Amino acid sequence: MALAYAPGLTVTEEHLVRKRRILPLKGDVVVKVGQKVSPDDVVARTDLPGPIESLNVANRMGLPPEDLEGAMLKKVGEQISEGDIVAETRTLWIFKTTCTAPVSGTIESISSVTGQMLIRGAPQPVEVKAYLNGVVTDVFENEGVEVTTWGGFLQGIFGVGGETHGELKLAVSSRDDNLTEECITPDMRGKIIVGGALVTAEGINAARRQGVAGIVTGGLDDHDLRDLLGYDLGVAITGSEDIGITLVITEGFGEIHMAERSFELLKSLEGKRACINGATQIRAGVIRPEVVIPSDGDVYAVSEKTDYVQGGMDVGSALRVIRHPYFGRIGKVVSLPSALTELDSGSHARVVEIQFDDDNLKAVVPRANVELIES
Amino acid sequence: MANLKPDEIKVILATDCGSTTTKAILIEFKDGEYRLTTRGEAPTTVESPIEDVTKGVLNAVTELSELSGRKLLDENERIITPANGNVGTDIYISTSSAGGGLQMMVAGVVRKMTAESAERAALGAGAIVMDVIASNDKRLPHQQIERIRHLRPDMILLAGGIDGGAMTHVVELAELIAAADPRPRLGSSYLLPVIYAGNNAAQEAITATLGKKVDLKITPNLRPVLERENLLPAREEIHNLFLEHVMAQAPGYKKLMDWTDAPIMPTPGAVGNIIKTIADINDIEAVGVDIGGATTDIFSVFRPDGKEGVFNRTVSANLGMSYSISNVFAESSMKNVLRWMAFKMDERDLRNRVKNKMIRPTTIPQSMEELIFEQAIAREALRLAFVQHKNFATQLKGVQQQRTIADAFKQEGSGKTLVNMMTLNMLIGSGGVLSHAPRRNQAASMIIDSFQPEGITRLAVDSIFMMPQLGVLAEVHPKAATEVFDKDCLVHLGTCVALVGEIKKSGMDVMNYSLNLPDGTKVSGTLKHGDMKLIKLGLDENDQPLTARATLEPIRGLDVGAGPGNKMETALPGGVVGIILDGRGRPLIISEDEETRVSDLRRWIDELEIYPEGAVTHSYALAEDVAAG
Repeated sequence: MALAYAPGLTVTEEHLVRKRRILPLKGDVVVKVGQKVSPDDVVARTDLPGPIESLNVANRMGLPPEDLEGAMLKKVGEQISEGDIVAETRTLWIFKTTCTAPVSGTIESISSVTGQMLIRGAPQPVEVKAYLNGVVTDVFENEGVEVTTWGGFLQGIFGVGGETHGELKLAVSSRDDNLTEECITPDMRGKIIVGGALVTAEGINAARRQGVAGIVTGGLDDHDLRDLLGYDLGVAITGSEDIGITLVITEGFGEIHMAERSFELLKSLEGKRACINGATQIRAGVIRPEVVIPSDGDVYAVSEKTDYVQGGMDVGSALRVIRHPYFGRIGKVVSLPSALTELDSGSHARVVEIQFDDDNLKAVVPRANVELIES
Repeated sequence: MANLKPDEIKVILATDCGSTTTKAILIEFKDGEYRLTTRGEAPTTVESPIEDVTKGVLNAVTELSELSGRKLLDENERIITPANGNVGTDIYISTSSAGGGLQMMVAGVVRKMTAESAERAALGAGAIVMDVIASNDKRLPHQQIERIRHLRPDMILLAGGIDGGAMTHVVELAELIAAADPRPRLGSSYLLPVIYAGNNAAQEAITATLGKKVDLKITPNLRPVLERENLLPAREEIHNLFLEHVMAQAPGYKKLMDWTDAPIMPTPGAVGNIIKTIADINDIEAVGVDIGGATTDIFSVFRPDGKEGVFNRTVSANLGMSYSISNVFAESSMKNVLRWMAFKMDERDLRNRVKNKMIRPTTIPQSMEELIFEQAIAREALRLAFVQHKNFATQLKGVQQQRTIADAFKQEGSGKTLVNMMTLNMLIGSGGVLSHAPRRNQAASMIIDSFQPEGITRLAVDSIFMMPQLGVLAEVHPKAATEVFDKDCLVHLGTCVALVGEIKKSGMDVMNYSLNLPDGTKVSGTLKHGDMKLIKLGLDENDQPLTARATLEPIRGLDVGAGPGNKMETALPGGVVGIILDGRGRPLIISEDEETRVSDLRRWIDELEIYPEGAVTHSYALAEDVAAG
């Protein structure tokens, strides 16, 4: 039987985080196994092939493509500079027709079928950084490395913006507090700040103005996300936005308090360096945004303890509801009826009976609409 | 299947490995017919930590075994064949869309001609088309090269030019592909497959350009002359490469391919197969839709010349009910979604709810209010997907038309859509929001509102989404596939009778109707503009629709299938919903006036019994409470 509920996001003070840092094309790995690295250290680099520019030389010269070869002054593989004459014809020894290179680069191909010449520009260097404070635990020859660290780890539900790092700083005093413009102070520059419930549009904009590196908070209004991105996000594939800040949302859209466990974890690690990534992909091969707070633990000593087994849902398990009408509420499992139960919508589904922590109210909720909170 | 003849096959095991769930069905020959007897499912296991698709298959088959009492696996977890008594199966077949399905890029010279034919070939083979590169797509060569390099498809289909025609442009495209040096999505140990299905005179030049850089396969031109497409050879090559490369790279598939008695088909390819088979066997025009979490596929078979069916498939890659739900909003607009709701909701709250569904895609609506909202979104997703389908399913473009004097007054060029809602016989819906709607009346209403059938159209849904398995079964045992399709797969909802034509006055009489039901009852009346009428007529003891004899008399200018103003006498099949008379006109226009719109919606909801009595009023009151804080 499939797990009929979301297994919940990882929130833990001790976690072994392994990250593969791989080049987009084969290149050079510049670190060794066992080497300690910092987030901005380059671990591998390569050159991406330069951009291609096409030029139909035959058309320019008024030649049939099959006659182009005889007119070419440059050959495939030759370096050319912008303005170089690449082909030339003479008529009656007097009239000269030439064709010049529009860009600098290397001649990739000359076609006698199409009359086209392709020029490849200079290679573009690409570097991959370590992203985490940690140790290089594996090297994939010409491809990249694995960086491992030990420390606090928190998965968000949704994020925008890419990898960044900075000192962790609380911007609110309680997990119920909204992160507003007033919470942002000049000393937050370059830091990862922590909010409680909703981060407002004004709060995000103030943080960007102050040069805050990243925000971790409970909720975000979709309306504000649209304003921040400048478009309506259709599909949850993020991470490459150039918005000058990285956002990690831990609970969801709307005004939702950050889970107590998450807030307490971040509070306990205040002042430490946090590495965060807003990249989210909600498709097959789910990627959730993350907050990693590396500690000084020896990754080799702790690596055996990390085989984490997800427990199942049972009477007494702590749960959070992840959909209306009880969205965001936390409680414990009272019973797990095995038969399908009719919901208010008229659908039949497997359900869980929950008693909420704050008011002891009991409710029946589809198992698909809850997630486990790991103790 | 080794040496079994079709009539010796009595037990069939079929699986569909979806991106999240692997579904298994058991079909058995009992009492002289093939019937679905059991179904089971388990999570798909192509991703870490298991990374072996066969584990999910074994889990689903184990559940099937437990539920059916038939032992299907031996001690070594191998499927037992052939069947012997209550042990084993005669054949095992499978489809797959796990790991993202088949992702292709196509390239052709002219966007609306050869590139579109190439796109049709790829879609027909069950692929997701990531991009279409064409010589005239207005991108500069370096932009096209960047795109090819960035996309990393499973394979590329390159077409262009008619046989013996000019070859410059298609070779130019090949040069761009060569310069991009594209790499396959999965695995790095093999060259990217590129199928060339263009001008045969250019084959040598294409080989010289691409031969060493990619794994080049050459098939006959898919558009040998402007007036004709020849898509089959390219489609077959796509299927071969799908098995050789894509499937072979996906975790566990080598083993799975070894287990199956027929080649594994991409799921959408198999669904298209069964819809085409059914349309051909019954000589009808049919449209099938599969609305999923991420994408909406539409399949159609139309017969523009009255004879041979033309099959088309489109994939609306970002229209779906969970992963892509937010995109439905972005493409359709909040206003268009809300017009289907008979109560107000706070816009800010709605936006957040949609995004929360997107980031937690497996959740389901618990309250009636949430269900109504999701079904409103589904109407828009289906509507938009069908608009895309109509624009794609066209006559060949670029073909010179022979015109008569009469044609001179019609402003029609080539490339007219093949979709004719008046001649369409059957609409089949599938996917969670349609197949699992708590009331079948809801599915019927969603299909009618979004597709807007005209004249007389039968409506059905796929009961448990077994069309993929039946599609691949149709390849090896068409009889079993069609029998199960008719008896167990299709849930006959009923028939929609919709009037087409300009209606001048709201509330005016638009059609007189008279129906003789099989039990001798006579139902007659007058349909008014803007009204819907449900006449209940269910199924017989074999779950086949009962039929009424009907006389339909539209007023002058309105058409129900026999021409404007013409009376029609016909048989109308019922179903679990019944016969729905739709007097709202086509195109369906929802009033901009809030009061009229809500009143219209509530009248239709009540007449078609879409939601339980009082549900809409209750949801309305709840929404008012929320709005009031």
